[in-house]
Amino acid sequence: MILSSGISVLNWEIPHPLHAPDGFFSLPISIAGYVVAALFIAIAIRRTQGELNERMVPMMGVMAAFIFAAQMINFPVAGGTSGHLVGGALAAIILGPWAAIIVMTAVVGLQALLFQDGGLVVLGVNLVMMSIVSVISGYGVYSVARKFGGASSRATLVAGGFVSAWVSVMVAAAVAAFALAFSGTSPLSLALPALALVHALIGIGEGLITVFALSFISVARPQLLQVRRGDTQAQPA
Amino acid sequence: MKLSWWIAGYFIALAVTLIAPLASGSPDGLERVAEDQGFIDTARDAPYSVIADYVFPGVQNEALATILGGVIGVTIIFMLLAGGTYLAYRAAANRRV
Repeated sequence: MILSSGISVLNWEIPHPLHAPDGFFSLPISIAGYVVAALFIAIAIRRTQGELNERMVPMMGVMAAFIFAAQMINFPVAGGTSGHLVGGALAAIILGPWAAIIVMTAVVGLQALLFQDGGLVVLGVNLVMMSIVSVISGYGVYSVARKFGGASSRATLVAGGFVSAWVSVMVAAAVAAFALAFSGTSPLSLALPALALVHALIGIGEGLITVFALSFISVARPQLLQVRRGDTQAQPA
Repeated sequence: MKLSWWIAGYFIALAVTLIAPLASGSPDGLERVAEDQGFIDTARDAPYSVIADYVFPGVQNEALATILGGVIGVTIIFMLLAGGTYLAYRAAANRRV
C-alpha cells in the first residue's frame, strides 16, 4: 500500500495521509504504545463522562468528522514532500484534552481498521503520537496563551492557536523519532533532525488550518469556542 | 427550518472530502524520511483491505472512489462519536436524577 500510494491515476493523485505502517516500530515499542495509549484513553473516558453537555455531544461528532476529512487533504511542502492536518491541537482547544483524546483515538482507530492507514500492530504508537502527545502538548501551549493573552481574545485565538498547533506536530514528530530509534529502525541522530525539519514545515500548515478553523467557529458560532464549559441546561442550538 | 449548527458542521466535513482527489500525492513527512534513510522497505502492508488508502474498491473513477471513501469515513466517524457520547451523556444524566 505504502509503495503504490501516490501513483497518479487518470491525473488524479491518490491521497494518503500515511500514518506509520506496521514494521516501522519494533514489537516492544508497539506493545509499549498500546499500554500508554490504553492508560490515557481510560482516563479520558472517565473524565469526559463528567464533562459532557448538550453542545459537546454533537461537537465531538462534528470535530471527528472534520478532522477525518481534513486528514485526507495532503498539502505540498518543500522538496516533493507533503503533509496533512493532525488536528490534535484543534480538538483540544475546542473540546479540552480529554474529549479530544477520545475524538482523535476514534479517528486514528477507524483509519487503521477500515482504511488501512496506519498499521494495526503499531496502532498504539500512532495513537500515542496523534491522539495523546499532540493533544496534550497542543492543549498545554494554548493554556499558556490563554493565561497571557486572555481567554477569548483575538490574539490568543490566532497566535495561541498557531503556535500550539505547530508545537503539537513537532512534539509528535519527536516522539516518532524516539520510537524509531528505540525500535532500531533509524538512529536518533538521523531520524530526529530529519523528522523535525520536515515537520517544522508541515506544522505551519497545521497552524494555518487550526487558526482558520478556530476563526471560522468564532465568527459563525462564537459560543462553541466555550463548548466544554457550556452549561448543561437545555439551550436552543 | 433553520439548519442546526452540527448538521452544518457535518456537511462542512463532507464538503472537505470533495477536494480530497486534489490532495498532494507526494510522500508525507514520515514517508519521505523513511525513503531518505532507507527504512521504507520495513513497511508491511495491512493483512486485509477494506477501503485501503481511502479509495472505495470497485469504482472505476479514482476521484469518485476517493470521495466515496471520504464520505463513508466522515459519516461513520460522525455517527460513532455523536452517538456514543449521546448515550454516555444520557446515562450520566439518568444517574444524576
